Amino acid sequence: MDSGDRAARRLFFSAGLTCALAGLLVLGFMVVLGLPLIRSGMLWDILTGPWSPDHGQFGILAMAVGSVYIAGLSLIIAFPVSLGASLFIEVVRPRGAGRLLEWLVRLMTAIPTVIYGFVGIFLLVPLVRSFSGQGSGLCILTAALMLAVLICPTMILFFSRSIARVPRTWLDAVDAMGGTPYQKVRHIIFPAAWPGIVSGTVLAFGRAVGDTLIALMLGGNAVTLPESVLDSARTLTAHIALVIAADFDSLEFKTIFISGILLYVMTGLGILAARAAEKNL
Amino acid sequence: MKMKNTIKWTLVCMAAVLLPAVAGASALDTFKGESGTLRISGGTAHIPVMKEAAKRIMRFNPDISITIAGGGSGAGIKQVGEGLVDIGNSGRKPKPQEIEKYGLSMHKWAIDGVAPVVNPDNPVTALSSDQLRAVYAGKITSWKDLGGEDRGINLYTRDASSGTRSVFWKKALGKGDISGKANFVASNGAMKSAIGNDPYAIGYISVGYMDKSVAPVALDNVRPSLGSVKSGDYKVARGLYSNTKGEAKGLAAKFIAYLMSPEGQKIAAEKGFIPVN
Repeated sequence: MDSGDRAARRLFFSAGLTCALAGLLVLGFMVVLGLPLIRSGMLWDILTGPWSPDHGQFGILAMAVGSVYIAGLSLIIAFPVSLGASLFIEVVRPRGAGRLLEWLVRLMTAIPTVIYGFVGIFLLVPLVRSFSGQGSGLCILTAALMLAVLICPTMILFFSRSIARVPRTWLDAVDAMGGTPYQKVRHIIFPAAWPGIVSGTVLAFGRAVGDTLIALMLGGNAVTLPESVLDSARTLTAHIALVIAADFDSLEFKTIFISGILLYVMTGLGILAARAAEKNL
Repeated sequence: MKMKNTIKWTLVCMAAVLLPAVAGASALDTFKGESGTLRISGGTAHIPVMKEAAKRIMRFNPDISITIAGGGSGAGIKQVGEGLVDIGNSGRKPKPQEIEKYGLSMHKWAIDGVAPVVNPDNPVTALSSDQLRAVYAGKITSWKDLGGEDRGINLYTRDASSGTRSVFWKKALGKGDISGKANFVASNGAMKSAIGNDPYAIGYISVGYMDKSVAPVALDNVRPSLGSVKSGDYKVARGLYSNTKGEAKGLAAKFIAYLMSPEGQKIAAEKGFIPVN
């Protein structure tokens, strides 16, 4: 190995290390700052109790549930749509329409989330309110619908890239044996493209859980446990954004580090679960 | 560098010659020859006045740049205390421990009311204090019980940083509970658009922010308005403060002096607040 190779190797290694360390440092930072609360024995109350600072209660269970509901529902909505769209782009392959769709999807990835939030407030919220006939329209369903629009492009691009990587010869072989398009998708494309589909979904889930603005603007931010998709709910991210302006010394402020850790753990678990699913198939 | 300096001096000289002729003698004169950045954040009720004052100052002297951010009163006090901004606005008087901790000096330049508001299509236009308290506590949940439609009441409130919230909670709700089912919005502007869009909503905003998109609710038969806040009949009122860490210095001092000047006070009045001078 010549010296140039070695230098490059070192450079890339240190870049990778910095990345990994930064991620771990963030976790460490939050744990250190959350430590006084963890030690004080309030942790259980915080993780399971209700949020009512006026009564000295700082529970974030409702927010954790809100995060899971909103991100989960958006995934349920976005997954079939994205899968369909990517199959349309890569398998059906209509010349004009396919390219146009792909171009649109790429364009969509560049739209800032605050724009989706605005469109949501003035378009989607009144629609959901009048269709459901109850509530304010600021609810889990509205936020999840808008989040689905946000994460669709990520999923579609990931899905279509992995579908495009399925060797053409395999598909030709199915055609040669007289297989139907359904059989082609079910027995060749899905198994071969599965890892890409899983990574795309994980990435989208991470984006959905981590997004702040859409949930903040459309979710309603109520602090009670949501009972239906038409209930107002607050996500952990929106909670942090709303509480961060509180007094530094207050207990309220300190509990947001616990929210941060919980958010970190939730996304981490999501990724681990996805990796496991990837291997088992 | 030399080139830049020459251009700068030419501009300053031109400004010195031209501007007095345009502006005449005005409260803006103190900004002559100043340059630099002034950072302002905090209370969202203050923003319209801040924007207008900043616009006039920056037009008078383009060497000054003024940035204005929201965040709520709590954020304003915290950020000015930590030295992140030069002026931190609050729609409530800073708490004694905040004043002590950060060595704040307060400048009250206007008085503002906080009014309960509903959508203009809502037939309910008056409530008693007890009714309002019951609504916010989540004990009255339908507009039918208040003489309106048979629809659920959608509660809106502000986050803990809001001075508007703290004044409303103290003076209109008597420190009563706010239901956990309430929706949270992050500024006076966001509250106004939320109530204006939701026919079954109730919320509260700065009287200075009220316009045709929302309808004020009379509280114990007193309709919140500029007039009733001024006369003292409407009790849910507060001062609008601009706070600095220690005595105001430099641009911050001049900015606050401008707010207190007849011209600054006129801006406050135009934006729907009650001037203090």
